[in-house]
Amino acid sequence: MSAITDLSLAAMAAGLKARQFSAVEVAQAHIDAIARARHLNAFILETPEKALAMAAASDARLARGEGGALEGVPLGIKDLFCTEGVQTTAGSKILEGFVPPYESTVTANLWRAGAVMLGKLNMDEFAMGSANITSAYGNVENPWRRRGDNRPLVPGGSSGGSAAAVAARIVAGATGTDTGGSIRQPASLTGIVGIKPTYGRCSRWGIVAFASSLDQAGPMGRTVEDAAILLRAMAGHDPKDSTSVDLPVPDYAAALTGEVRGLKIGIPKEYRLDGMAPEIEALWRQGIDWLKAAGAEIRDISLPHTRHSLPTYYIIAPAEASSNLARYDGVRYGLRVAGDSLDALYEATRAAGFGAEVKRRVLIGTYVLSAGYYDAYYLKAQKIRSLILKDFTDAFREVDAILAPTAPSAAFAIGEKMDDPVTMYLNDVFTVPANLAGLPGISVPAGLTGDGLPLGLQVIGRPFDEATLFRAAHVIERAAGSFKPC
Amino acid sequence: MSIDHATVARVAQLARIRVAPEQREGLAAELSGILAWIEQLQAVDTDGVEPMASVVDRLLPERADVVSDGGIPEKVLANAPEAAHGYFVVPKVVE
Repeated sequence: MSAITDLSLAAMAAGLKARQFSAVEVAQAHIDAIARARHLNAFILETPEKALAMAAASDARLARGEGGALEGVPLGIKDLFCTEGVQTTAGSKILEGFVPPYESTVTANLWRAGAVMLGKLNMDEFAMGSANITSAYGNVENPWRRRGDNRPLVPGGSSGGSAAAVAARIVAGATGTDTGGSIRQPASLTGIVGIKPTYGRCSRWGIVAFASSLDQAGPMGRTVEDAAILLRAMAGHDPKDSTSVDLPVPDYAAALTGEVRGLKIGIPKEYRLDGMAPEIEALWRQGIDWLKAAGAEIRDISLPHTRHSLPTYYIIAPAEASSNLARYDGVRYGLRVAGDSLDALYEATRAAGFGAEVKRRVLIGTYVLSAGYYDAYYLKAQKIRSLILKDFTDAFREVDAILAPTAPSAAFAIGEKMDDPVTMYLNDVFTVPANLAGLPGISVPAGLTGDGLPLGLQVIGRPFDEATLFRAAHVIERAAGSFKPC
Repeated sequence: MSIDHATVARVAQLARIRVAPEQREGLAAELSGILAWIEQLQAVDTDGVEPMASVVDRLLPERADVVSDGGIPEKVLANAPEAAHGYFVVPKVVE
């Protein structure tokens, strides 16, 4: 038998249910794998004792013939999710040592389904970044390397620890969050599957807030089926999040029929960027051919305001962040740096506690919301956001889903693409529109670059139609095969 | 739109983040670069377009106006950098 850690989450859950191995064995195999992969720096905090205790409880339930859909399955949790009694930092120094007295709804749902926690995964500070190089707890390394080049590469971000851990097979699956691409872009750069569900599908309660109108939690897994199983367990209505939607959660794995005949897939011409990498263009064409061969109808569509998405996002997200991050004041939790007055305490604490990218975004957000600029920036961005949503609404009258690349490039080395902040922001050019429109988007591995790095394709769908996304992604996955770092 | 040192200082004060004078120049350049890039939005025609505050196309739910939480001062104060007698402690704010 191959190593337990190589199994898909679905196979692991089935093996546990059939008692082929115990939850404690599965947890221990992963704890050992994590210890061997510390160079990736995927974890901010490992919780092996907790994992073994939770696994023992799972074994007891399994022995009684009980247990949930994820009974005994070991997961990594992005360090943006509050976990009761376990340090939660959001990748920031300002939250070092913060131990939440409550559990986020999404993680509570996962534990209720029987999942086991391996620890808290590294991420860009407050989820602000696309390369996992802004964490106060160090950079995360991608388990993939370019062929013939030993330089470490970034895993993408902000859910970089989650992506690296899933790809390196040191967790069976992981949680991520996606405000502008933070699940899908790292999934693409590490050769795994990640879905940002519809805004409102998963509760945001207990997740450290970045931009509340855009943030959404979602799963990251090695297969489409794994992501489907995880999302079913994570999602659902929560009265504690007034934007969480009271709709039934379907059995997403049951949607994986391999059947897309008659499904209308839109190809947005505005996503064909000038100077697009030929490999990305070829991959997109390949995806179109796979779906066509499986019986889908391909239609050209137009999303004319899509090209305004990134600058719109970089007004709205920092504006909301500047408001959300006002709570880090050195008084109620987290870091405190002394000052002569209360204002001096605030200013010193926030200067020492926030990293450069977070400060930049809080300052931009404060500026665009300040008197005299609010209408010109924030209100303007909210209007363009309406236009971006309208483009999608119009398109979904003609098509059932949209196919596009996930990211404009494969994984890059630290130092590349880092000339200025805007160059880094361009990583999210294909992912941000779905956040602004609140739509679900999935990234599925679809091929390798010439130098052997994974690339993903993205399927965007109608609100709450994640099932169609999984179905289409599953067809791409079956055609493309799976990808594993050496 | 270009941001100068004085604007950086003013915005930093609004955001309650101390920015040392020698850091203002670098930040002014970075923030100006970001704003120059954002400036392209001014060319988009948004006449008659309603601003969007939320993508959730339904009314916020209501619930009974009753206390549903509380009575947990120890938990509330558990992460405080400094607490005493059931309160958060801050530097003196009233003379």
